[in-house]
Amino acid sequence: MKVLWKVLSIAGLALTVVPSLLVFAGSLPWRTHATLMLIGAAAWFATAPLWMQSSRAKRKSA
Amino acid sequence: MAQPHTTTQRLGDRSLAARLDAINEFDREPVSEDRLQGPGDFIGLYAGEHVAGTEFVIGPLFVAHGVAAADLLMGLLVGNLLAVLSWAFLCAPIAVRTRLNQYWHLRKIAGPTLLFVYNIVNALMFCFLAGSMISVAATAVGIPFDMPMPGLDDLYPNSVAWVVTVLLVGGVVTLLAILGFERIAHFSKVASPWLLLVFVACAFAALPMLGVTSLGDFWAAANERIWTGVPIEGRVRFTFWHVLFFAWFANMAMHIGMADLTILRYARKWQYGFASAFGMYLGHYVAWVASGILVAVAIQEAGDVAPGPIAYLGAGVAGLLAVLIAGWTTANPTIYRAGLAMQTITPNWKRWKVTLAVGGVTTIAALFPALIMRLLDFVALYGLILMPMGAVIFADFWILPKLGLRSNYAEWKKLVVSWPAAAAWLVTLGACWLLNATLGWQIFFLGLPGWFIATGIFVGLSLMQQRSAGQTRVAESPTPTVP
Repeated sequence: MKVLWKVLSIAGLALTVVPSLLVFAGSLPWRTHATLMLIGAAAWFATAPLWMQSSRAKRKSA
Repeated sequence: MAQPHTTTQRLGDRSLAARLDAINEFDREPVSEDRLQGPGDFIGLYAGEHVAGTEFVIGPLFVAHGVAAADLLMGLLVGNLLAVLSWAFLCAPIAVRTRLNQYWHLRKIAGPTLLFVYNIVNALMFCFLAGSMISVAATAVGIPFDMPMPGLDDLYPNSVAWVVTVLLVGGVVTLLAILGFERIAHFSKVASPWLLLVFVACAFAALPMLGVTSLGDFWAAANERIWTGVPIEGRVRFTFWHVLFFAWFANMAMHIGMADLTILRYARKWQYGFASAFGMYLGHYVAWVASGILVAVAIQEAGDVAPGPIAYLGAGVAGLLAVLIAGWTTANPTIYRAGLAMQTITPNWKRWKVTLAVGGVTTIAALFPALIMRLLDFVALYGLILMPMGAVIFADFWILPKLGLRSNYAEWKKLVVSWPAAAAWLVTLGACWLLNATLGWQIFFLGLPGWFIATGIFVGLSLMQQRSAGQTRVAESPTPTVP
């Protein structure tokens, strides 16, 4: 399960930064980039605390 | 070596020192071997700590001060390098040898009463710093409500809407600080990688608005439209040297001022001080450059230059979220730290009451846009005020033993105030003020001479103090642990 959360988190970060590069290259409208960034933020904040939390807990128990 | 608490009771100065000691009680022992952390922890910590809400302000202020592109990029490169070296060669070696936090270390040198005064000054600085972060967050919250944004020259609240928004944001931040510091601290760690990418994304998405559509276009646009070398009216023009010294001393309280003894005492090796490079070059290079690009777009489009609006230009609603989260998550621990220090003067108050009072002071400070629009000056002042005690720690640790003098003299003699340390602090600040008032040296350049002045005064007066008391024996090493 943790792997899935991590994949979704990385996808969230990718959605945060990749669309801006496409805007810079002129192949994506600014508005689409802004929407994708918002989706990326949602994906990151929904999933990252799950595996980041569990890594922390794991370190504590180690 | 006598425990400081016992010493305090003997000194008959229980009221102030004992309160302060009680608050720091859990932290008085050197960090044990099993609690030491690896380099990854420090890389994450520094990278997270220095990608904050204030980065949305500092980059634009460089633009307002008319720095030229080459001066900015080179000044940040060298200034941040000097900051990293200050962490690695000044702060970290002492941290890993003593394994004590700054509070207990300074207590041994300065005495409990002087430390109390230092703590209160520190707390007030924290309040203003947190206030600037609340102001930053308020500029994001106000956008959906068409709140008039403060301009670069605004020093006082410019509208009722601004006042209401700041009060609301300050109230919520304070409430959350009361309810749970730990969870927000964790949330802050989660947010930091995303925040950095938001800065990068904002810059790339905004560059086409400046006519930059390929990397080859960047340098010309950087010189002609972003960092033009022409300041806005009423601002001093920044040179390479301004940028270098600002970047070096933006965290002067932390490295030269030794506040990060508290963090780096957990490092296995002193070389972990170099981990600060991740904070400097991501937060104080990439983020400052990115926010500079954003404000240039805002100026070109005659829009607002406050953090919220410029982030919106780059990333829309996600940009607003970034400003809000960056402001909030960095204001929160700052309010917490200020609360810890302030608790010493309100010993019978419960923790939530102290946090509430600190949050109130912070929110009132945040009402004044001067705090963000003059942030460069405030950051420089903040570092300068706290720096002399760092010089005292450095001199006490490295120089006094080489002169055959005793380190931690105040603790050894059970003094409540070390007058060499007190004089080093006050005279240095007085001398810096004189350099500013008579020779016109700007505040950004005072830290370096100030450090030498503080070191010289402390060493000279310690020599007088210990010689007159007949203490010429070779000092004992204050360092039980050498990794």
